[in-house]
Amino acid sequence: MVDSILMALLGGALIGVAASIMLIFNGRVTGISGILNGFLGGVSAERLWRGAFLLGLLVGGFFMGLLRPDLFLNTSARSLTLIVIAGLFVGFGTVMGSGCTSGHGVCGISRFSVRSILATVVFIVTGMMVATGLKFLAGGL
Amino acid sequence: MKHYPSQAVMAFVAGVIFAVGLALSGMTQPQKVIGFLQLGEGWDPSLMFVMLAAIPVHMLSYRWIRGRRSPLLDTRWHIPETKDVTKSLIAGSLLFGIGWGLGGFCPGPALTSLGAGHFTAVVFVVAMLAGMGLHAVYVRVSGKN
Repeated sequence: MVDSILMALLGGALIGVAASIMLIFNGRVTGISGILNGFLGGVSAERLWRGAFLLGLLVGGFFMGLLRPDLFLNTSARSLTLIVIAGLFVGFGTVMGSGCTSGHGVCGISRFSVRSILATVVFIVTGMMVATGLKFLAGGL
Repeated sequence: MKHYPSQAVMAFVAGVIFAVGLALSGMTQPQKVIGFLQLGEGWDPSLMFVMLAAIPVHMLSYRWIRGRRSPLLDTRWHIPETKDVTKSLIAGSLLFGIGWGLGGFCPGPALTSLGAGHFTAVVFVVAMLAGMGLHAVYVRVSGKN
């Protein structure tokens, strides 16, 4: 547990650093869902930096997967059907709510945005209700 | 003053660091995310510390960076100015929370795991893109934004 917490703190600090790099160089919020949605349907002049950021995420994931495959172990027993439903909800919800864990949860809260604080409380509480509910329905994980 | 290529380079660097942070933090292991969201016996609070580290780091840098007149590679800031708490904000966050609790994936970790070649993440990302597409259809049909 202590190891998990230290890793979470280290990883979280790096996420804060990445968001700060995006802010000081490009003047942008690092919201993954927003960057992705904007890349898909947005202004073409903005596709370049959006695509580069998304490529960075994929490349970072690729190398971390090579170096530390243990960090990508998926022992959750969620069925693929549930994963598809989850993906649909996350895609629709993050666009409708203008953000996810990164844009609202990290960047928005860091600048004391009331919208982001509310959004974060709503998605964490809802996520907890759903995950806890599933645990009682199906016996967890 | 346009700096598109250099903006892309820095966005790429930020993306790589973000992915490394997500992987180290435990966010790319759906069972850990679910362990955090699933209250009761065996609750795993460790992922709470991801935000508890990311927010103070970015809070401090944000104040310092926004003291500048403009970003280094652009002429102006692109920070959302909206203050209105709308129904879409709340309803959308609620729907996102449902999906997060069901799958244990949010967008960043899903894309990072996709980069690492994980099949479940591929399935999730395809469904997430479809969800974003459905929202575009919903906006067109309902006329709402």
